[in-house]
Amino acid sequence: MIVYLKGVAATGPGFPNWDRLSGHFSSGTRLDPDFMPGPKGDILPGVEKRRASITVKLAVDVAQGALQQSGMKAEDLAIVFASSNGDTHTIHHICDALATPERIVSPMRFHNSVHNAPVGYWSIASGSMQPSSSLCALSNTFAAGLVEAATQCLAEEVPVLLAVFDTPFPDPLYQLTPGHLPFGVAMVLDADPSGSLAAMTMAIDNDALLLPTQMDDPALESLRRDSSASRSLPLLAALAAPAARQVVLEYADDLRLRVSVNRRPS
Amino acid sequence: MRPIAISHYSVVNALGRGTMSTLEALRSSHSGLSPCDFMDAEIDTYIGRVDGLEEEQVVARLKEFDCRNNRLAMLGLAADGFESAVASARARYGAHRIGVIIGTSTSGILETELAYRQRDASGRLPPHFNYRTTHENYSVTDFVRRYLRLQGCAFTISTACSSSAKVFASASRMIESGLCDAVVVGGVDSLCMTTLYGFSSLEIVATTPCRPADAERSGISIGEAAGFALLERAETCDNAPCLLGYGESSDAYHMSSPHPEGAGARLAMLRALQRSGVDPAQIDYINLHGTATRANDRAEDIAVSSLFGSETPCSSTKGWTGHTLGAAGITETAIVCLCLREGLLPASLNTVTVDPCFRMHVLLENRNQPVRRAMSNSFGFGGNNVSLILGYPAA
Repeated sequence: MIVYLKGVAATGPGFPNWDRLSGHFSSGTRLDPDFMPGPKGDILPGVEKRRASITVKLAVDVAQGALQQSGMKAEDLAIVFASSNGDTHTIHHICDALATPERIVSPMRFHNSVHNAPVGYWSIASGSMQPSSSLCALSNTFAAGLVEAATQCLAEEVPVLLAVFDTPFPDPLYQLTPGHLPFGVAMVLDADPSGSLAAMTMAIDNDALLLPTQMDDPALESLRRDSSASRSLPLLAALAAPAARQVVLEYADDLRLRVSVNRRPS
Repeated sequence: MRPIAISHYSVVNALGRGTMSTLEALRSSHSGLSPCDFMDAEIDTYIGRVDGLEEEQVVARLKEFDCRNNRLAMLGLAADGFESAVASARARYGAHRIGVIIGTSTSGILETELAYRQRDASGRLPPHFNYRTTHENYSVTDFVRRYLRLQGCAFTISTACSSSAKVFASASRMIESGLCDAVVVGGVDSLCMTTLYGFSSLEIVATTPCRPADAERSGISIGEAAGFALLERAETCDNAPCLLGYGESSDAYHMSSPHPEGAGARLAMLRALQRSGVDPAQIDYINLHGTATRANDRAEDIAVSSLFGSETPCSSTKGWTGHTLGAAGITETAIVCLCLREGLLPASLNTVTVDPCFRMHVLLENRNQPVRRAMSNSFGFGGNNVSLILGYPAA
């Protein structure tokens, strides 16, 4: 499977945007050790923007970043959002409310608790009536989302906006599901190579001995292991590298997703 | 698109375990809904509860996955010879060539709800609680995959009440792109406080058994269900019902209210028709999403009648099963497969007087007549719409 990258965006601990991260990978500029994403949710209408959770804002911010870079229109892109735990704070608040004698769940909190709330907000804010999905696969959520986006792009010949994002749980669920520092990554994939940033050739191997690509930098390797969204770091590093590179991502136990990245001359 | 065969399928819901129970209930107009007696939920409503789940246990080798949702999943895998059908497909294709894509909206959240009640003085959750294997949205897919000893591509789709209809679209693309030779798709959603109290807070839970499309309809009856289907290339299976087309869309309108003119629903149906190459006149029956809320049924009527006029027989089968949320898509796809096989058009159970504003043709009595192609609609929160077209390709 070959898909073409038309836009990319990322934010996570240490970098506010893709420029900062790609600069780090391509020319060694330092990441900011104190930076933690504070997504703004600028695409959301005023009321929604004030009420939206960090999970929703993170998702729509990276989606908007990748969309802008692609120069495409939101209403033309199918949408695949993926997150291992969804809106972590909303899930906590609902379970907390249901543990009280009154069990009062606010209607808005309830509709925000669905895993596809972030993609719902994106389609409403961007006005896109294209298909939208919301999926997860534990720590392999990024790989699963990338495969779903690529198969949809190729099978239906439609450009696809992929966004993968994770946010931490509050206590007490955090004790059972630690990590998941806010990390968001988004890509616009297209079957048409014209004007693309890179070609990504993907294949799935049933080969447990094929080792997943790790980060050379111990701090980034630690971040890579922190969440499902941050498992995208080796691919992001390859997208910033001048030479062609292959990365291996874990996907469902013994399966491996191999992605060969060839940057296009800009 | 090239048809994808539904070579085997299974269901478990309030009507019983296996497709025979569902078919007999459809024929005898026997509803699975009963007054809410789920745990200590104090809500004046009817529910579609699966009997005996409390006494079930998941298999010992997967006991860490034990929770209401995965118990329900296991009953679905054990029903209708589904497990052995998958075993034979595994021998044919190899375990790593069979994918697993399961839809769920709330997975095993009931375990987290109960664990939150049992927090200790310092707020810690009880030691027996395992979030990853019970509540985490991938848990049910992980469980199904391990239970069936499959090793192919796997993920969970969670788009609320369209979840287990979307799995058919994703699986179809997986097979088309050569990543899988077969895919086990399904949907599993079980009763929990989140949905009972959540839908109550939205004031869309009926105090009577739900009455889809009725002038007096007043909301949903929540149900629970599991269902599975084994999808393969059509040329490998004779006489199996097929997925002929799918259509997906977003409303881009509101998180929990449908587009008032059903624009997103219409687009999903239109795309399914286009992808299957089937004309509206060739659709013999539409299984509506038909939740029985005022707004949903009205929007679906506008969307359906704009494409199909007032002739095509339609019904919602939620009066039998309740709204099984993330399992609604697979439950109703299986019902449509039964209708194709049996030549049965089910009525909209509990519907007495069709809303006089409606133009679509809602069935008030079961009919026996050949059904060659049928549509199944599933719409969810976030404005997430899916329409599937099922039938026999040669017909």
